[in-house]
Amino acid sequence: MRFIKYLSIAFITFVIIAGIATPMVLQPQSLFEFPIIPGLEDKARNIFFHVPMAWTSVLAFLFALYYGFKYLRTKDFDYDIKSVSAAGLGMMFCLLAAVTGSIWAKFNWGSFWNWDPRETSIFILLMIYGVYFALRSALGSDEVRARLSAVYAILAGLTAPFFILIMPRIVGGLHPGVKGDTSGSIPVAQLHMPLNMFCVFFAGLMGFSLLFIWLLNVRIRAARVEHQLSKKESLR
Amino acid sequence: MNYFTSTLAIVSKDVRSELRTRYAMNALLMFVVTSVATILFALREDEVSTEVLSGMFWVIIFFTTMSGLSRIFVSEEERGTTMTLQLVASPSVVYFGKLIFNCGLTLLLSLAVTVLYLIAFPSFIVKSIDIFLITIFLGSIGFAAVATIMAAIIAKAQAKGTLYAVLSFPILIPLLITVMKATVYALDGELFSAALGEFQILISYLMIMIAGSYLLFDYVWKE
Repeated sequence: MRFIKYLSIAFITFVIIAGIATPMVLQPQSLFEFPIIPGLEDKARNIFFHVPMAWTSVLAFLFALYYGFKYLRTKDFDYDIKSVSAAGLGMMFCLLAAVTGSIWAKFNWGSFWNWDPRETSIFILLMIYGVYFALRSALGSDEVRARLSAVYAILAGLTAPFFILIMPRIVGGLHPGVKGDTSGSIPVAQLHMPLNMFCVFFAGLMGFSLLFIWLLNVRIRAARVEHQLSKKESLR
Repeated sequence: MNYFTSTLAIVSKDVRSELRTRYAMNALLMFVVTSVATILFALREDEVSTEVLSGMFWVIIFFTTMSGLSRIFVSEEERGTTMTLQLVASPSVVYFGKLIFNCGLTLLLSLAVTVLYLIAFPSFIVKSIDIFLITIFLGSIGFAAVATIMAAIIAKAQAKGTLYAVLSFPILIPLLITVMKATVYALDGELFSAALGEFQILISYLMIMIAGSYLLFDYVWKE
């Protein structure tokens, strides 16, 4: 785990330095220059942070879902601890993605929230996380709480294909890769990113994913200790 | 008893206990009347667009179902009959019985909202009846499917009333967006083929939700 921690710190430091310090020029000559994307300019740098955060929040949801599924299969309480730890981190990353995205949207599209399909889906993901914790706090015993919140997470996960695959394509919106997007001015959707930009972007994805895995490990260990202590407390 | 007759037995048991008290039916119909009246007060004189009308239409159905459909499991919990039901029938039989009852209730409610809408709003004219009827049918079943499994979850929780709508909302959003769009098509008098994509989404949503609830219901139901 220590290795993962240092690796994630290294990746994110690299992304912060390379993503912000690399100059943007019209005709990039060397490896240390990014092309200017018309309409985005320096705001394009946000992609190295915003997209990895959104990706990590989805990853965290998948972890919570998987551990919830494992809990239902084995009834091993440790899986519930893992599931709720992943969900808590996912909510944090989801909030960060929503905030960075909405600031970016303000300066690029004119308003903080436009109800574009991807914004709708991140809003839903945020709602699912919120409801998941609201449900947990309304359920009495540990066993019932673990069981029902796992069921809810799986049911919520079942609707994900509608948001990720179907809605952005039928509703039409502002993000790249949606219906009616023929301009291709933003290179991310088709991954036509220049190689050096893609390296920084990929380092961002790796850095944030590893950061999530390290934080998850810390949280799981803390939650285990907390659980043990509360068990001891109730025995006394 | 085989699977089919025991499912029907659950349905008829719920229908009979509903007819005896008329609790859900009366309360829900009054809820529909109240919300339509509220919208009427707000929009009395305005020429409203079809988007607003269809949006309001489904908002009423959403809140009506969310205020009443949780009873199906909550009442079992309140009367203390959950254990008996667990003894006499297998989980999937209970699930499908409750689902069929909720489907019927939601269809009735949607019909009531439609009738009230036709009377109250002169601009609410259904130009493509085929699209409208199929949308109402699929939409109501979708609402009932989500409402049933959420009712089973919420029956075990505290603060049932508030949490129920909140719990169902994120899961119902794909359905809500699609039925609202299909209803706009129906009011604008589009051809049947225009709404075909929406129906495909609705049917796949229904199948996913019912199959998922069927598989997960065991874990919710069994202690």
